[in-house]
Amino acid sequence: MNDWSAPGRATTTVADSEIAIDIRGLSLTYQTADTPVLALSDVNLSIRRGEFVSFIGPSGCGKTTLMRIIADLVSPTSGSVTVNGISPEAARLKRAYGYVFQAPALYAWRNVVRNVMLPLEIIGMSAEKSSERAKKYLAMVGLTGFERKFPWQLSGGMQQRVSLARSLAFEPALLLMDEPFGALDEITRDHLNEQLLRLWEQTRKTVIFVTHSISEAVFLSNRIVVMSPRPGRILEIIDNALPPGRGLDIRETPAFLDVAHRVRVALRAGHSYDD
Amino acid sequence: MTTDAATLPARVAIGHKGGFVYRFAPIAAVVVFLLVCWYALAVWLNAPLVIDQHTRDETSWTARDLVVGTWSMERPVLPAPHQIAENLRETVFNTPIDSKRSLVYHAGVTVSATLLGFVFGSLLGILLAVGIVHLAALDRSLLPWIIASQAVPILAIAPMVVVVLGNLGLDGLLPKAIISMYLCFFPVTIGMVKGLRSPDPLQLDLMRTYSASQAQTFRKLRWPAATAFLFTSLKVAIATSLVGAIVGELPTGAQAGLGARLLSGSYYGQTVQIWSALVMASLLGLGLVFLVGMAERLVLRSQGAPP
Amino acid sequence: MTHRYPTILAIVLMALGLLVPVGETGWIGSGSALACGLLSCAAVAFCLLPGLRGREHVVSGAALLLGAAAPLLLLRGAGPFGVEAPGLWLFVAGLMLFLWQRLEVLARLPGRGIAALIAPGLFGVAVLYLWQIMVVGFAVPQVLLPSPAQVGHVLATRMDILWPDFRQTFLKAVVAGFATGSSLGFVVALAADRVPFLKRGVLPLCDLMSAVPIVGIAPIMVMWFGFDWHSKAAVVAVVTFFPMLVNTLAGLSSTDAMQRVRNGWH
Repeated sequence: MNDWSAPGRATTTVADSEIAIDIRGLSLTYQTADTPVLALSDVNLSIRRGEFVSFIGPSGCGKTTLMRIIADLVSPTSGSVTVNGISPEAARLKRAYGYVFQAPALYAWRNVVRNVMLPLEIIGMSAEKSSERAKKYLAMVGLTGFERKFPWQLSGGMQQRVSLARSLAFEPALLLMDEPFGALDEITRDHLNEQLLRLWEQTRKTVIFVTHSISEAVFLSNRIVVMSPRPGRILEIIDNALPPGRGLDIRETPAFLDVAHRVRVALRAGHSYDD
Repeated sequence: MTTDAATLPARVAIGHKGGFVYRFAPIAAVVVFLLVCWYALAVWLNAPLVIDQHTRDETSWTARDLVVGTWSMERPVLPAPHQIAENLRETVFNTPIDSKRSLVYHAGVTVSATLLGFVFGSLLGILLAVGIVHLAALDRSLLPWIIASQAVPILAIAPMVVVVLGNLGLDGLLPKAIISMYLCFFPVTIGMVKGLRSPDPLQLDLMRTYSASQAQTFRKLRWPAATAFLFTSLKVAIATSLVGAIVGELPTGAQAGLGARLLSGSYYGQTVQIWSALVMASLLGLGLVFLVGMAERLVLRSQGAPP
Repeated sequence: MTHRYPTILAIVLMALGLLVPVGETGWIGSGSALACGLLSCAAVAFCLLPGLRGREHVVSGAALLLGAAAPLLLLRGAGPFGVEAPGLWLFVAGLMLFLWQRLEVLARLPGRGIAALIAPGLFGVAVLYLWQIMVVGFAVPQVLLPSPAQVGHVLATRMDILWPDFRQTFLKAVVAGFATGSSLGFVVALAADRVPFLKRGVLPLCDLMSAVPIVGIAPIMVMWFGFDWHSKAAVVAVVTFFPMLVNTLAGLSSTDAMQRVRNGWH
């Protein structure tokens, strides 16, 4: 039984087994037209399997860049990253993770179920099996009955749900989510946050979630990584021990507000307006 | 409300609000105006010849005589629209199709060269576009030359092409098709390069996260995304291919085809024949573009585009 | 960095080409050609060495120049080439493969201006070179396809004929016709933008005209204006009128209503 009246204490709700992602001394400098820009500076972080970790920080702090490095979409200039013990490139080739972007990035010429089947087609799964799998995950995000619709017929929130189903379809153990609900209105976002939390509790995947909403980070994750503005460093890692099966109304409890306050303080401490 | 990055280029609404009258009244007005100008111009341009004729016959003439005369000359400088219409009706409907005087026969010859050139040109354009998008060397070194190739006046190359191919034993349809191909591969190449590069960077990243091969990315992402661009450029290409087919007939003394008809009309001073061949060519162009447009609508509908 | 396997293949092809018989006398017949060929092979092999960096461009440039010179020198000699000289074509194939590798490297160089012209420039030169080699190598008759050297020769020596032709076609017909057609198109577009009724009438007709082969009016223009440059200018004017009209109208319509009101244009 977790004692969530004493916030901040690490709990053992998470399988304390292997390290899913190990980042050591990671830095990234990229060349621009005039001067080189230091995007990430000496990041050290370990993420265990089954954790839900949020990266939070002001715009431009490098949280998306950090996730792109883990996803092997960008190469670091120094330091090391391992994903499930192997390099990010090897992990990508083994299709070890699903990535959810800020925009749904659906294919307009495919209907909903065929959009979800896309990664399964690339893996080479048979048409029947992939169709079944796609329908199952569409049901999981609450979109049964919309299989034959096309993206232009869906609202933004529904499209993002399709994108979520698509990333779950090939059942990766790791989910990388880059501000997936950022472009949606608050009501839809709340609803999707709840659904995501239920999904995580059901499947216990390792989730890395980039956001700049403090309440989202505190509601969803069990560890919050606060980052500083450029050059991105980790300011603080806050453990979050809220009870499982929580609903949206936990956001008004003192424990929640306390963690949120800690996050806010950390953000403000690292955020300097002199840059 | 979709903010989807892969949305097909929207059907451009040219502000056609309102009903039939709103849309067609202005067009009708402009057409009527142009017809009136045409008739007036016909009177003005043909008048000297009619007056000459009267002077030689030593008859007097009234304004009415002049007007009627200028609109019914055998070899006018500018034929009146009804004369062209009459000639069209005569050569299209009242002449057997296999006769050399049938406009349908000539149109058929031109159309076959057009379609063949169009197919060659489209295939070439698509192949070049695929190469340019996937091989950086081709992109940098070939694309500027493709753009430069269109600056070379096709009419100048046409006789050379016909001669070279003639010497290799290929004449008739093929040289014209090659000239058409030369003209119409360009819009297809440029349109397809744009289309194949049109997917959002996010979608390309997504393909990377699935570690999809280049071939898979092409088949599943680039090619469907390029469909709308392809059809837009195919419409331009088929109109250009028609130009190429006609141009191919002009300098080489061809015997059949609309270009040949234009040429023989100008040699023998058969002005009305020239104009009706021109009208036929225009109708052909419109018809071909319309057909491609229909094909486009069918394909886009099957891709689930908004109606 | 030149990729290893294609470059090695290129060297193999070039070396093979030098060994395989060519024509009657072979490469030995033309000492300079053989020397160039061997040096070129060596230079290409040199490019494979790591750590060359900037000098790689110089060495590969030398390799290409020498490699290009070899077949040209060989073809100066006598003897049937064409299908009876497989060695020549093997060598050229190897050279082209190496050139392709260099183009891949050059294509990735950043930069605008002169740097952007190197790759297409090299490509163009290569096409001309191949044209020359093949025309001379296969002894293509001049009436069929002259070699670039012959074309260049005529261009250089017969400027006295070509220049007046240029003036007639370009300076008179094209410039006059272009100016007339474009300005007319611009004026009509302005009028159409001002009068929405006119725009709704004119624009669909212009879109239709884009499908029509306007070049067909050429015989008619000749009939009206005679064989001199005026008829050509007339065709140019008509051809340029429609695109100018359509695009100017599109540009004028693209200003939004707010901008227009602010500037007093309703």
